[in-house]
Amino acid sequence: MIDSTSVLTTCPYCGTGCGLHLQVLDGRLVGVLPAKGHPISEGGLCIKGWNAHEFVGHADRLRKPLIRKGGKLVEAEWDEALTLVAKKLGAIKSESGPDAIGVLSSAKCTNEENYVLQKFARAVVGTNNVDHCARL
Amino acid sequence: MSDRLPDLRRAIEKLLPEVDGVLALKTGPGGILAPHLFVKERAAELEALALWPKEPLPDLLKKILKAHPTAKLAIVCRRCEERGVVEMAKHAQLDLAHVTLIGLQCTHDEALFCRCAKPATIHAKIVVGTPVEGVPDSVTDDFVKMDQAGRLAFWKEHFLHCIKCYGCRNVCPQCFCNVCALEDETWVETGRLPMPVPPMYHLVRAMHMTAKCVACRECEETCPAGIPLAIHFRLIARDVEEMFKYETGAVIEQSPPQLLVLEEGEYERTGLPH
Repeated sequence: MIDSTSVLTTCPYCGTGCGLHLQVLDGRLVGVLPAKGHPISEGGLCIKGWNAHEFVGHADRLRKPLIRKGGKLVEAEWDEALTLVAKKLGAIKSESGPDAIGVLSSAKCTNEENYVLQKFARAVVGTNNVDHCARL
Repeated sequence: MSDRLPDLRRAIEKLLPEVDGVLALKTGPGGILAPHLFVKERAAELEALALWPKEPLPDLLKKILKAHPTAKLAIVCRRCEERGVVEMAKHAQLDLAHVTLIGLQCTHDEALFCRCAKPATIHAKIVVGTPVEGVPDSVTDDFVKMDQAGRLAFWKEHFLHCIKCYGCRNVCPQCFCNVCALEDETWVETGRLPMPVPPMYHLVRAMHMTAKCVACRECEETCPAGIPLAIHFRLIARDVEEMFKYETGAVIEQSPPQLLVLEEGEYERTGLPH
């Protein structure tokens, strides 16, 4: 059975919130169509929105965390990577204070993920240095 | 006048057992329509079948057929989409033998919205709705009344607002080159806004759409800057009709003028340097 449908979603690239349809063919993204009748974007998109499907199945997309070892990025497991990040952030905080750390979030995350990240910055690290790619 | 939606639903239901899918529009979240391939295994989805606003379905038909070259599909098409499918077939983008056209006649109001001169389907064997007459395109007519200086000022002003989203190219059912001149730095400089004068992006596109544009007006509809792109495509189409006696989507057997097809056989070299 051929499976071709459209999934209405919000463009992940900035804070405007344009509506787009992801075109799904047999479980893979094959394109984007702007959503006519969408209250914000009214059927238009910018060049980023028109290409919003590209990164999802892209060959260059990172599928595992990378740790720089001897000047080279090496694939690692999540446990190892998160342990290393926690250790380094802890060291920076104790040596230079929490405001030596900044947290950059992403419009590609959900609201909830962004909420968690700012909570982490403020409540765990202790800094208000929070920003994100959509506030360009 | 009969109601097109139940009529179309019945036409699709009747056809579904004979094909691998029928490409049409489906109502989604927030009442927003999107293209959807209706299949016999999920015929209940036809409850959400929808008509308007139209979406660029022919382009999706091509994508599905490229992934499933032996599939038999049907497409609900208005006249402009019918033209799109026919022109795609002429340019080897799809095989008409694999496609059943379900003609959906536009209403007078829909024709007014699109300033459409030819809203009634002519090739589809299955037809839903009553054909209506074409309407004048006052936007293009007003443009034609301007003198040359006025026209230049008109386009300069409009192209100043272009954000180079490439939407007009992406949405176009007739833009299918593997290598696009608009991605060549020679013609269109990456990251340069506003457009230089002359705006090569739009001029290259205008030339490349000659004898190809099917007047579906999707480019104009998707333009975030509201550029009335259909004006120049319609005027070029008028010239093509005058000069080459060619109208897109009209005669399936007629080759487009920009296609040179040589008969098999021996050809003499001209002797000109290559």
